[in-house]
Amino acid sequence: MAQTSLDKKFDQIRKREEEKTFSVKKRSRIVSKFLNNRLAVVGLIIFTIIILASLFAPLLSPYDPMRVDLRSMRQAPSFDHWFGTDSTGRDVFTRVLFGGRVSIFIGLGSAILSAVVGIAVGCYAGYKGGWIDVIALRVSEIFMSFPQIILVLLLVSITGQSLFNLMAIFILTGWGGMYRLARARMLSLREEEYVQALRSFGLSTFTICYKHMLPNALSPIMVNITLSTAMFILTEAGLSFLGLGVPLNIPTWGNILNVAQDILVLQNYWWMWGPVGIVISVFVLCVNFIGDGLRDSTDPSQQG
Amino acid sequence: MKKEILKLRDFKVYFPVKAGVFNRTVGHVMAVDGVDLDIYRGEVLGLAGESGCGKTTLGKAILRLVEPTNGKVTYVSKENDETELTSLEKKDMDPFRKKLQIVFQDPHSSLNPSFTIFGSLQDPLKKFGVNSKEERRKIIGDLLEAVNMRREYMDRYPHEFSGGQRQRIGIVRALCLDPELIVCDEAVSALDVSIQAQVLQLLMQLKKDNNLTYLFITHDLSVTEYLCDRIAVMYLGRIVELCDSEDLYKNTLHPYSEALISAIPVADLDKKTKRIVLEGDVPSPVNPPKGCPFHPRCPKAKDICKTEVPTLKKYSTNGNEHYASCHLIDLPEISK
Ligand SMILES: Nc1ncnc2c1ncn2[C@@H]1O[C@H](COP(=O)(O)OP(=O)(O)OP(=O)(O)O)[C@@H](O)[C@H]1O
Ligand SMILES: [Mg+2]
Repeated sequence: MAQTSLDKKFDQIRKREEEKTFSVKKRSRIVSKFLNNRLAVVGLIIFTIIILASLFAPLLSPYDPMRVDLRSMRQAPSFDHWFGTDSTGRDVFTRVLFGGRVSIFIGLGSAILSAVVGIAVGCYAGYKGGWIDVIALRVSEIFMSFPQIILVLLLVSITGQSLFNLMAIFILTGWGGMYRLARARMLSLREEEYVQALRSFGLSTFTICYKHMLPNALSPIMVNITLSTAMFILTEAGLSFLGLGVPLNIPTWGNILNVAQDILVLQNYWWMWGPVGIVISVFVLCVNFIGDGLRDSTDPSQQG
Repeated sequence: MKKEILKLRDFKVYFPVKAGVFNRTVGHVMAVDGVDLDIYRGEVLGLAGESGCGKTTLGKAILRLVEPTNGKVTYVSKENDETELTSLEKKDMDPFRKKLQIVFQDPHSSLNPSFTIFGSLQDPLKKFGVNSKEERRKIIGDLLEAVNMRREYMDRYPHEFSGGQRQRIGIVRALCLDPELIVCDEAVSALDVSIQAQVLQLLMQLKKDNNLTYLFITHDLSVTEYLCDRIAVMYLGRIVELCDSEDLYKNTLHPYSEALISAIPVADLDKKTKRIVLEGDVPSPVNPPKGCPFHPRCPKAKDICKTEVPTLKKYSTNGNEHYASCHLIDLPEISK
């Protein structure tokens, strides 16, 4: 068989080529592209520092974020109190650290949970199509067209203010975007021939769409998770500033900012709201940089 | 004695055309419009025709990757048991899915980029009862060797392979459950010509080794002559000519097949053939022309062609069965 021996020779040549050119694996290409993006790397570093600082808050600060100390009210930043103290003598730096825990938990948690809901519905409906898809699409439109603020007011007045109510609202209003993203990816993936091949074996819908197709839809979803984390943190800050978010006794970035409603505080005690405002902005900016970096490095149409 | 493996009767696949705000169905794409076809065990049946004539749809609908609108597909087992596939529930299809497989056209979308070869091939094996991992690895490894690749390749990702290698992996996937009929949907047309020959030869070798039957879909009539035992020519969702492959080239009956054959480039400079250029585009499968669907482009069309739809009639050329649907054939029709 002349052809097959020729074929083997081709294979050998190709093998040699592959061992050299393909020694960089696909995954590491994504990592190296991400690492080449300076902003994303800086973002990732600051992001990590803020998260670690919040997690290890008790080790970094000797103060209790809740303890009122009337002897040291409204002190300007000093060596003892890096960000000064607030109107009841609580250390602002400590409160920013502990507030970070809750704010980041709300932001990241809502983003991940709404992604889980959105993906679960979007993958199945996008792959199956038909009436399931139509219903899911209409339901998501209803949720997305409902103004978030009104939903918050409604739910707060019905169920009262709490951290979990807030997260529930974020998930209710946030899953629609993720759903649409997952669905759109699925619609294009389901025409791919490897999916048709799996169907020709009669594999179950669940195996095909969650196990085999989902990994190929994940990268835009990851990007979206980071971006909506930033958005939820901002929304939490905004709502808490208005007094509609997390109950005031729990320190969150938004609740710390809440003191700036008082014109006296705003004018005279900049340290009570300035530093926390900067932390929020820096954190959100970092998350957005990470998201952009992820998008650029996972986008296959941007090679090199 | 020829024995059928698959019988198609009045097989139709229509896709609804939706339009407007309310997504109402305003018409149908008649992708496959009444095909009667027997595929015999052990043969290579070519299915040729221009782009968009419904070849892929026919292949997919046989495997029920697309739901047929009408008609019957009957599978005949080695023991002559007949099962009508079109009336089965989806879940009762499983034993037959093993027997019917497909190799796709595009080697770039035919493998899942997120899984290794083994990772994406093992689920079908698991489903059909190969429970131990060693056994699954052995089956896939053996098949990789059968298509002239190395066993170790099963732990690589698709992006590490060339187009020809991917196509061979696609063949491994089709073979992994020991099928009887494989639909090869333009299995080589995306490949480089030199690689095409290799893959074709491999397919023929595998056919011999595993007693396979092929439905070989192609738009290139120059390949089919050497590979296929019989050829069916399709136009606008219908079969217009069906005969032994030799007869198709020597005793062409349908003007459409004639035009397709005349378009094959010839290497022999002395042998001048007059190339028949078809005028116009393929008519829309939503509104096929009245009468013979080919008449607006047919160089020989007569008045009768504009009004009456020709049926597929049986003739005899060279002592072989020869089916064609054209009003203008002056051979005697053979009654069935
Ligand atoms: N899912 C679908 N929905 C609507 N129309 C479809 C669908 N799939 C195919 N068609 C239409 O059916 C007709 C036949 O398509 P098909 O893919 O079977 O052609 P083909 O003969 O395989 O062409 P090619 O040689 O280009 O592969 C085309 O007009 C196509 O637009
Ligand atoms: Mg096709």
